[in-house]
This record gives sequence, structure tokens and C-alpha cells, in this order.
Amino acid sequence: MSLLEVKNLCVSFPTEDGVVEAVRNVSFSVDRGDVLGIVGESGSGKSVTSMAVMGLLPRSARITGQVLYDGVDILKLEQKQRGAYRGNRMGMIFQDPMTSLNPVYTIGWQLSEAVRTHNNISKKAAKARAVELLALVGIPQSSKRVDAFPHEFSGGMRQRVMIAMAMANNPDLLIADEPTTALDVTVQAQILETLERIQAESGIGIILITHDLGVVAGMSDRMLVMYAGSVVEDGTVDEIFYEPRMPYTAGLLGAIPRAGAAGRLNQIKGTTPSLINLKPGCKFSGRCPLVVDVCQQTEPELVPTDQPAHLARCHRTKDLIGVDASAMFLQETAG
Amino acid sequence: MTDIVPDKESVPGATVALDEREFTIEARAQWKTIIRRFLRHRLAVVSLVLLVLITIWAFFGPIFWKYDYFSLNTKQKSLSPSWDHPFGTDDLGKDGFSRIMRGTQRSLEIAIIVSIITTLMGVTIGALAGFYRGWVDSILMRFTDLILVIPLLVLVAVLSAGVPKAPWYTIPVLLGIFGWPLMARIARGEFLSLREKEFVEAARALGVGNRRIIFKHILPNLAGPIIVNATLTVSGAILLETALTFLGLGIREPEVSLGLLIQKGLPAYSTRPWLFWFPAMAIVLVSLCVNFIGDGLRDAFDPKQNRVRA
Repeated sequence: MSLLEVKNLCVSFPTEDGVVEAVRNVSFSVDRGDVLGIVGESGSGKSVTSMAVMGLLPRSARITGQVLYDGVDILKLEQKQRGAYRGNRMGMIFQDPMTSLNPVYTIGWQLSEAVRTHNNISKKAAKARAVELLALVGIPQSSKRVDAFPHEFSGGMRQRVMIAMAMANNPDLLIADEPTTALDVTVQAQILETLERIQAESGIGIILITHDLGVVAGMSDRMLVMYAGSVVEDGTVDEIFYEPRMPYTAGLLGAIPRAGAAGRLNQIKGTTPSLINLKPGCKFSGRCPLVVDVCQQTEPELVPTDQPAHLARCHRTKDLIGVDASAMFLQETAG
Repeated sequence: MTDIVPDKESVPGATVALDEREFTIEARAQWKTIIRRFLRHRLAVVSLVLLVLITIWAFFGPIFWKYDYFSLNTKQKSLSPSWDHPFGTDDLGKDGFSRIMRGTQRSLEIAIIVSIITTLMGVTIGALAGFYRGWVDSILMRFTDLILVIPLLVLVAVLSAGVPKAPWYTIPVLLGIFGWPLMARIARGEFLSLREKEFVEAARALGVGNRRIIFKHILPNLAGPIIVNATLTVSGAILLETALTFLGLGIREPEVSLGLLIQKGLPAYSTRPWLFWFPAMAIVLVSLCVNFIGDGLRDAFDPKQNRVRA
């Protein structure tokens, strides 16, 4: 049994224009010690998936499916029982460290709050734990720094504090929602290194959500590629990076800018479809260079490809075997 | 890749000198910055000093002053200001100086009661509306609109007239109970924007409950607007009480407030002008001071003032 098992998760939001199907039929599992990367462009449902796991979605969201944490379906729990998971057994770090800390409290207060929310311990003990946590994420002179206010910390240090906060109660699962997007490249590397070290030390499972393929390649074992609210490819990082079996993934990989390459950047033409009143058929068919009639009529299932643990959602996945698919997008843009 | 500054605990014998040099800079707490900015606002500082002096005079002066505010003295009727009676006496021989001390004291008390009640009610209602949104917001804000369209002065006048032998604090309590809509709107606006901040979401992700998020995580961020508005309510309340009492609907004898003194002094305006002018000056002085302090506080709390960092 895995630590976290998400089965057929669907999330939709009723709006005035219609029902937005933000997440459709997403399934995955994460174990202790795993790093699962979820990539996709903005609006592909990555963050909504993680919010659903954390239980942070607004009440208007309609959620179906199962989220099994250690075998317990946490979607079915009462608010109160649910709260015992949040921040205690699973932690989360957010995209923008500049606004994730409360400006009116010291770092120490906020870390203590994280500890004291789930443990009945004295303020003094919580403060000691806060110092310990700061040291864990590599903030020097943690016993002094614990009394500093967030505005005295740089973006990278604040993100470390956020990691410390998420780790406060020794969770088994850490969800990192674009943890490095708002940081510059050197700080990004430090944060990822901190995450890696913490993972190695504590053996937690990490869900790493990002749109930076480089981050996923460096950190993850398995990855999901999401498009328009559903998983379009699922496999190990090596499988997906070297042998993508879905044209969208191939296009994404082809769009990574390479140092020294001349000319315009490669891109996937068009934009993601609106998630309101989705048309039948493959959601990527409008932008796909390999599109055939069947793509526009029925949505393909997420099925094993030629490699058994590598799943793809594509009618023409067989045609991608042994082909440099990103070249197809190249011709498209050139032509 | 390693940390730029090595962790002392993990790297034995790390560069201690570097670490120590880095932390010679003392943390500047937010409150210190606010106080510093307030002190730069000279008019506000002068006003604060003046208001403190006036308050001390009004509350502790009567203990030392030779006359009290209620005794009649037929031998000393309608005296003009002198060393013995600095603010003169009225037609019943009551000492003007002690009456103004007493009046200022009451007016300040009234203002503070109004300010406390409006702040508590306004912030609570605004916080709930802004935090929960949806139908809670709709109901509370329509209720606020309703209170807002009723003329406060008339409402309080009618209600206070309905209470026979009302003690003096009836007026400020009524003013407070119906005076909170502005504060509620301010708090609601702030809550609407703050509830979307990532630190609130981070608190939720830690498993912090709604009540604690409202009062511990969001409310302290409103300290600025709340303090500024509470201060400005004080001067508003002083003027409102004056208006009510002047119309004969507020504080009644034998209680004394600045409004009451003006009301009593006005008929004698041409013959004994001191009975009108001294309480009038007291009102102007107190409300000006409070307004300037409010201005200074607003500047001190405004983060956009950051450009001048002394």
C-alpha cells in the first residue's frame, strides 16, 4: 500500500459561464522516499490536484474520486479529522515565498505556530523546535535568526523557512507547488538541494509541481505530464525524457531552449483549450501535428505503451516509437 | 552544490568571523519603525504631548483645584476671568475652570467609550463579512447599509430621549452601537484582500483553524487602519456629543460635558462671552489634537512612506 494513492480524482468548479472541469480522472501514487514530478503548463490542473490532496479547495469545488492516505480516504473525513492531516502528516510549500510568511510575526512565532497547532507543548519547547528546524534547512545562526521578521530575510531564506514550516511536524508527504518559480537560478539550486537533503535524511515522499522540466529531471523518479486537467503521460523520468509517447510531451521537450541553438525558440502552436464545456476527443488534438479523425471523436485512454510502466493518453502513441517527435513541431513551425 | 554560508552545526569550525560580522546588524522591529515615523511628524508629536497634558489636567486637576464643578456660590455670580476664577463663573456662581476640567474629562470619556465600541463591533462584523464572504457577507453588509442610512444624530436623540434619567454613558454607548459601519467597511475591505494572501493559505496548509486565522493571522495585519480609524472616531465622537448635547438631547445636568457648557454659555454669549469661548476652545483644541495624531499615525502606518528611512 502506498503512502498516498489518488484514484480517479475529478475536481470541477461551477461558475456563471458553466462548469470548469479543472481536474479530470487523475490517478497516481506516491510512496515514502519517492519524488513524483507533476509538470504541465498553467491551467493544466497541477495546483488544483495538490490543493485537493491538501484539502485547501474552496467549498464550491466539487470533488469526486478517492485520495487514500495510508489507506484512509481523506476526502470522506470530517473537517476536524481532516485538519489533523493538514500540516501534520502532510506539509505544503508555495510558489511565492515573499508573501507566504505573515509580515507581522517573527519567523520563530510562525514556526512555533506550526508545531503548536498539532502538538500540545510549551511555547519554550516549540521555540526550541523552531531553532532546530531553521538549522535543518540550513539557516546559519538559527538561534538568533529565529527572532527576525520575514522582511529581514531574502527570498531564498524565506523559502527555506517555508520548507522548515512544512517539515515542522515530521510529515510523511511534502507537496511543493512550484517551489522555485519565484526565485532566481542560483537560489533555485540551493532550495532544490535543501529539499533533496531533507528528503534523503527523513525519507519523506515529495510531490514536486512545476513547469520547469529541468527541475523535474534533476529531482524526480517518476513524473506525470498533465494537460487540460488530465494526465497525458505517466512514467519514469528517463522514459519520458528520452522516449516520450505523447506528442504534447514531445513538444514540451522540444520547446526547452538550448544554449547555442540559433533561430527562434520552438513552440507548440495554439493555446490550451478552455476547461468549460470541453469538446469530445483528445484535448490536445487542436494543436497536435499527428492529429487524425479518431483524435477528434473519442478521447484516448491512459494506457500502457510499449514499456509496461509507461502510460500515455494518445491514439497514435505507436507512431512515436523510435521517432524524434519534437522534430514534427519544428517542421510545423517552420512551415 | 552547497550552501553559500555554511551551517555552523553541520560544518565544524566554519567561518565564525563571517557569521558574527553578519549579525552585528540588529533587527529593526516593525513597531520601532512605526514609532520612528510617527516622531518625524512634528505636528502630531506636539498634539500628542498637548493631549496628554490636557488629559492629565482634566482628570487630575479637580483633585487639586480649590473649587468643585457643582457648588453654587451666590456671592460670586457671573464673574469675569480673574486669578481666582481663571475661566470666570456662571450665573449660579459655579467655577468655570473646574467645570471645564470636568467637561473635558467627560467628553474624553465619552469619546473613548464610543471609539472602543465602534472598533470592537466594526472590526468583528467587517472581519466576519470579509473572511467568510458569500451569504454572511451579504447579510452583514446589507445590515451595515441599513444602519448607515439612518441619521445617527436623530436615532440617538430619539433613543436617549426614551430613557428617563439615563446615566451619562447612555449617549456614548448608543453612539457606539450605531456608529460602527465605517469601521466595518474598512475591516471588510482589508479582510477581503488579506484572506487571499499566501500566508493565509500557508496557515491553512498547517491546519490552523478559521477562528485562529481570523484573529491571530489576519487581524494583526490590520493594526494600522484600525488604530488610525479608532483615533479619528474619538474626535468625531467629541463633536457628535457636543452637537447632541447642544440640541438638549445628550448629557443633562448635573452632569457636565463640553457640549453642555456651550449650550449653557450660548445665551450669555454677548454679556459673558467667557462662558461660551472657553469650552468652545477646549473642544477645538482636543479634536484638533486628536485629528493631528490620527494624521501622524496614518503616515506612520503607511508602508508607502518607506522611502524616507531615517
